[in-house]
Amino acid sequence: MGEDADRGGVSSVGVAACIQRPGSYSFLFCGPWRLVQPCRQSTGPRATMPGKLKARIVAGRHLPVMDRASDLTDAFVEVKFGNTTFKTDVYHKSLNPQWNSEWFKFEVDDEDLQDEPLQITVLDHDTYSANDAIGKVYIDIDPLLSNEAAASLSGWFPIYDTIHGIRGEINVMVKVDLFNDLNRFRQSSCGVKFFCTTSIPKCYKAVTIHGFVEELVVNEDPEYQWIDRIRTPRASNEARQRLISLMSGELQRKIGLKVLEMGGNAVVGYLQCFDLEGESGLVVRAIGTACTLDKLSNAATSFLPPCSSPSKDLKESPLVHQPSHGCRSTHNSPIHTATGSRLTQNFSVSVPTLIFTGMGSGSGGKDGGPLKALYRQQTQSAFEHREFPFFTLTTFPPGFLVHVGGVVSARSVKLLDRIHNPDEPETRDAWWAEIRQEIKSHGKALGCHAVVGYSESTSICEEVCILSASGTAAVLNPKMLQDCSMEGCSEHRLSRQPSFFSTGSEKGEFDFFLQCQDSASLLGLDDASSLGCSFCHIPYDELNMPFPAHLTYCYVCRKQKVPDVLFTTIEPPLEAAITGKGCLIQARLCRQKKKTQGEANATAISNLLPFMEYELHTQLMNKLKLRGMNALFGLRIQIAVGENMLMGLASATGLYVTALPAPGGIQVAGKTPSDSSYDQHIANIQKKINDLIVKNREIYEINPPEILDELLGSPIPETRQRSRLFRSHSESSDDVPELDLSHGKKDAFVLEIDDTDAVEDIQSLLTDASTPSGFYSCNTEVMPGINNWTSDLQMFTSVRVFRLNNVTSLTSQGLNKTFSDVCENLLKTLYFKLRSMVPCCLCHVNFNVALPEDELIQVAVTAVALTFDKDQTPYIKVGTDKTLSRASAENEEQLQFTLELCMESQATQSTALFSPAKAADISESGHLQAVSPAIQTDRCSSWIEFIKQKAQTIRRGSIKTIASLDKASPLAEAHARHRSPISCATSTVTVVEMTPLSFIPGAKIIKYLGIINMFFIRETTSLREEGGVSGFLHAFIAEVFAMVRAHVAALGGNAVVSYIMKQCVFMENPNKNQAQCLINVSGDAVNFVKESDVEYASTQAQGSGLQAGNGSGDIVA
Amino acid sequence: MAVELDVFVGNTTLIDEDVYQLWLDGYSAGDAVAIRIKRGILEQTGASPDVLESDTMDHYRTFQMLERLLHSPPKLINQLLFQTPPSMQSMLIEKYYTFDEPFVREVLGKKLSKGTKKDLDDVSAKTGITLKSCRRQFDNFKRVFKVVEEMKGPLVENIQQNFLLSDQLAGDYAAVVFFANNRFETGKRKLQYLTFEDFALCAEQLIQNWTLGAVDSNVDDMDVDLDREFLQDLKDLKVLITDKDLLDQHKSLVCTALRGKVSIFNEMETNFKNLSRALINIAAKLIHTKDVRDLFIDLVEKYIEPCKSDHWTSSDVGAFLTQYTNAARALDAFKHQALWERYMCTVKSCILKMYHD
Repeated sequence: MGEDADRGGVSSVGVAACIQRPGSYSFLFCGPWRLVQPCRQSTGPRATMPGKLKARIVAGRHLPVMDRASDLTDAFVEVKFGNTTFKTDVYHKSLNPQWNSEWFKFEVDDEDLQDEPLQITVLDHDTYSANDAIGKVYIDIDPLLSNEAAASLSGWFPIYDTIHGIRGEINVMVKVDLFNDLNRFRQSSCGVKFFCTTSIPKCYKAVTIHGFVEELVVNEDPEYQWIDRIRTPRASNEARQRLISLMSGELQRKIGLKVLEMGGNAVVGYLQCFDLEGESGLVVRAIGTACTLDKLSNAATSFLPPCSSPSKDLKESPLVHQPSHGCRSTHNSPIHTATGSRLTQNFSVSVPTLIFTGMGSGSGGKDGGPLKALYRQQTQSAFEHREFPFFTLTTFPPGFLVHVGGVVSARSVKLLDRIHNPDEPETRDAWWAEIRQEIKSHGKALGCHAVVGYSESTSICEEVCILSASGTAAVLNPKMLQDCSMEGCSEHRLSRQPSFFSTGSEKGEFDFFLQCQDSASLLGLDDASSLGCSFCHIPYDELNMPFPAHLTYCYVCRKQKVPDVLFTTIEPPLEAAITGKGCLIQARLCRQKKKTQGEANATAISNLLPFMEYELHTQLMNKLKLRGMNALFGLRIQIAVGENMLMGLASATGLYVTALPAPGGIQVAGKTPSDSSYDQHIANIQKKINDLIVKNREIYEINPPEILDELLGSPIPETRQRSRLFRSHSESSDDVPELDLSHGKKDAFVLEIDDTDAVEDIQSLLTDASTPSGFYSCNTEVMPGINNWTSDLQMFTSVRVFRLNNVTSLTSQGLNKTFSDVCENLLKTLYFKLRSMVPCCLCHVNFNVALPEDELIQVAVTAVALTFDKDQTPYIKVGTDKTLSRASAENEEQLQFTLELCMESQATQSTALFSPAKAADISESGHLQAVSPAIQTDRCSSWIEFIKQKAQTIRRGSIKTIASLDKASPLAEAHARHRSPISCATSTVTVVEMTPLSFIPGAKIIKYLGIINMFFIRETTSLREEGGVSGFLHAFIAEVFAMVRAHVAALGGNAVVSYIMKQCVFMENPNKNQAQCLINVSGDAVNFVKESDVEYASTQAQGSGLQAGNGSGDIVA
Repeated sequence: MAVELDVFVGNTTLIDEDVYQLWLDGYSAGDAVAIRIKRGILEQTGASPDVLESDTMDHYRTFQMLERLLHSPPKLINQLLFQTPPSMQSMLIEKYYTFDEPFVREVLGKKLSKGTKKDLDDVSAKTGITLKSCRRQFDNFKRVFKVVEEMKGPLVENIQQNFLLSDQLAGDYAAVVFFANNRFETGKRKLQYLTFEDFALCAEQLIQNWTLGAVDSNVDDMDVDLDREFLQDLKDLKVLITDKDLLDQHKSLVCTALRGKVSIFNEMETNFKNLSRALINIAAKLIHTKDVRDLFIDLVEKYIEPCKSDHWTSSDVGAFLTQYTNAARALDAFKHQALWERYMCTVKSCILKMYHD
């Protein structure tokens, strides 16, 4: 099959001659959906002043010394929104000024509220010369515009300067008063909620999932304007930051309008990225899934799968009672089709759909055949209404995802200097539309009408830009997409009646939902929901397969056909039956290319891409087999383009899906004829591989139940496909001799080592180090098979830049190995760093590769380490962690600062593994805390007490263990000796957790406070003084984290979920002692409570925001 | 292939206490890696040296960034840059301000000036503590000194409030500050046998009894300076040795009380006048700053050494000083009871602490 796919990919590469007319068809893509939205530059009639924004500057602290003479600062603040600026008084000679300003009021329209950030500038007053800027704070007002979220924010924000970094903090209060009903002209989309989370957010239920929304806006990049030659780097950076902030706001507003147009009220799986195109502009683009969400009235129920109200089920159930109800809804499709004609100009590399299944033929599931077709027709019609039936979601409510076809992806190479009208978005719109069209047709080829887990990305080098899109072709339950709540998961079981189909046909009408129900049950939907295998069943017609695949009967239900391997970009479905545990699987590839310009360059890249994609899949496949697994989830393939090379990195989580057949082994075949020593060599390699597979099965606990072949029916493979070579393009000719090297009863993949590539493959297979014991890793949200998470989590970002010394001298293998080592070493460092958290799992491991300069490779990883209990008992509320967590639980009940304490005890828990003495120490102190009556009465002093006790115990090695034994008395005495208690040690800083996951283990999200979307630039002209590139970036990343935390805390939150670092663009010039870095992060600000506190909280919470963020509460007061 | 840039940043700042200690001890990142390898971390974890190096560098960078905040611990507690649990914060502070015994013995009582700082390489050579670590410890002394020097209120509490140290460490710093301010001589060869702990207790006694703050805790009290008035008055105690009657009376009272109770009774009886003279002369001289500085050397030379040569045990010393102090109360002609108590109680505690068997 490889050959076919391969050729398909190459043939679809655009013809070089076509680039002569770039962008000339762009107007074709102004589909009707674009017409319903306001024109971009429109300033049409608008209601005046629909809102009032108020800001108050309270105080500053830790300001930098601006006056060398006095070692002090005369600070004042400018507050700017839109074109209005207010100033505070100058607070003379202080590093901790108390401005206590009045409320500055801005009367603004809501469009501006959405687009503009509130800009706060702290300056040092200077009588004789110009005032010096200390730094700025940009506050995104958007989270305050939703009627559910907080109407005000307040807290300490780091004062940020793009040259100096964080310079002190400022306490700001912001309020928004929105006057209702002024959205008449729909310029704004206030009230539409945005979520980065790629699943239905925890305290909501989805009423309708409307579908794909996208938008992009373009502007000139300030860094490339003429004025940049004369202005300071600071001014340039600030202009850029402000512009991106504005553009993000505009983008969000426009997407919001589309959502309102579709009848939705929220965007889930919102992903916004920016492309620094250089001369041709700065693009901010976003995709997401429009939904209608309902807030669950009682947040407590959100823990259960949302199918708890039977009465509602009955009412909404589209059974025989109300057949017309569902029917109508199909016409309500909010988007009208406007599929533009496919563009053929430019380079367009569409990479073939890649799912790896064997060929299968024969009869379908009993009498299911015709119905299947009917079902397909019906669902098709439901999706035909959508221009792009894409979903950025990766997790779905049970019953939503019917079947998964496989991964579909498309890439396209574009030349940025050929954009006809670079300031307008049309060309880029057309580009993306083209790619999406490609994806859609790939999906169709797989017999699927929808693409889930959809994402888009770009890689830019000079004037060349690679656009990529990928997703998972899937068949969805159309019922769930229409006016039907997501509470439908149990209905299938209700509706399964043997006479059902005949009732429908007697009526002579094919009700949409009737069909759906009916066929669904026949398709094994209901079985699937109980057995967890349905999503594996093939959606395509087995008689007319889009590619060669090897089918067998499902190993769970034994009724439907399944492929032998499944690749997806989504999370493993909740209901999926998984055997054992999974692991992170990566394929890495580097390919050199000639340094050329323009079209030649683009052609070269286009020619390389399909091969790279194919090689990556080969690697993935081999590594998957090596681990004895049969499915990949969360697959993400990144292609980075540089001056003289291309880099590909595919990451996914390998799992053994119970429904799929066990993978065959990997067979190594030597070239013929061969001598005996060569045979010996081959045999050695084969043995190594076999041993590794056995070992991996043990590690990942893959012990699938043995199923007798007779029960499954014969797998019916065509002999030709039986022993498909799994090799790259090099032997893509059809006359490869037939090899039949079955591995036991299963089909084996054969690696022929008759060329250098294969040697390399085998090398890379065998050199991948396995994760050290105690660690698991995956790039999905969580690892199936582990569910007893403790609440200890550590999110981190690690960035590495490598310099390759004379790339040109390196062979392709050498380059590959280097890149592979880079990634492996990075992972090893992570395991080492996090060793104190064992047993733990690195979740959502997200690699980002880039080629910032000629010989530089940049790899950035963001992930979260979660600890779990070794014993496999499921997570219970208080945590099963013996003495330690009991101690911490006691603390939590009695103290307010649960988080800190908890984190502390968790952190020490791990060290406790090494030194039991210390563990005793900690639990002892925890115990002390709990029994001391003073603690309940005075929070403040208990804190200090705590710090002191800790201090006491750690002071000087020798005292360590003794201190805990006789702690109570001497400490109390010592304390009593002093005349007054210490009051300054209380921290005003709220602890804010950050995680790339959509949830927090052991905790419950009670409120979503809005999207966090921040963009920062940092530049230095004193690189050496700041500790070199590492020192510079280390500080910058820490600063970004700090600013995110501060914003979340100011909103009253205590965590960011679905956090993602979307971009980290790093440039250096060590000769000039300069460096610059741009970072773009986003996530959802939330408020959570520990599960152990839930009962307590629910009685108190009632609207009060739950003393949201103890620290920020202090500040408001 | 060369690693150009390599960073790891956690949302909660990861701190490895062992690496922190190496950093505090003034080892370079390279030395720290070597030491960690020597301690067998590679075997324990199966890591490779480059992984260890990367990890050490990350920690060193973090510590460097933290150092600025550690100079002002309340800032560390309230800063937003590094999210660390309170226990970790207090560990960071406590360890940063912890000093080494050999170092403090070198510097105790010296003026915390640039000159002293220049001599730190000698201190480093003598003590085997790295120069870097010596500088940190010296700078800590100086920083704490500068902050609390002019502050009103109890010294230990001031230190605790401004540096968030544990009771004990704050007490130690109070001693350092007090000694530096009064420039007590502690470096003489005869004083070498005394530990910092000995001096710290003496300092505590002096602060509690001999400073302005000791008399009454009004707002203006200062714990750093000795009560000049008190020192001035001390010369009135001379009457105990100049008035022959009083001296004899005093001696007989003490001898009566101690007869049969101490092993060195005869020596005590012979030496009583000398010892009494020694103690009272020390008191009378304290009006001169120079003699204040020599307080400890005087105590050793004039009192402790004579006792030592007569083989007094510390319980003998304790018994004698107790009776010596108490007996003065029975002397009707002696009018300075309060002054006497204030002086003798402190001196007694100091001597007892300094008298090693």
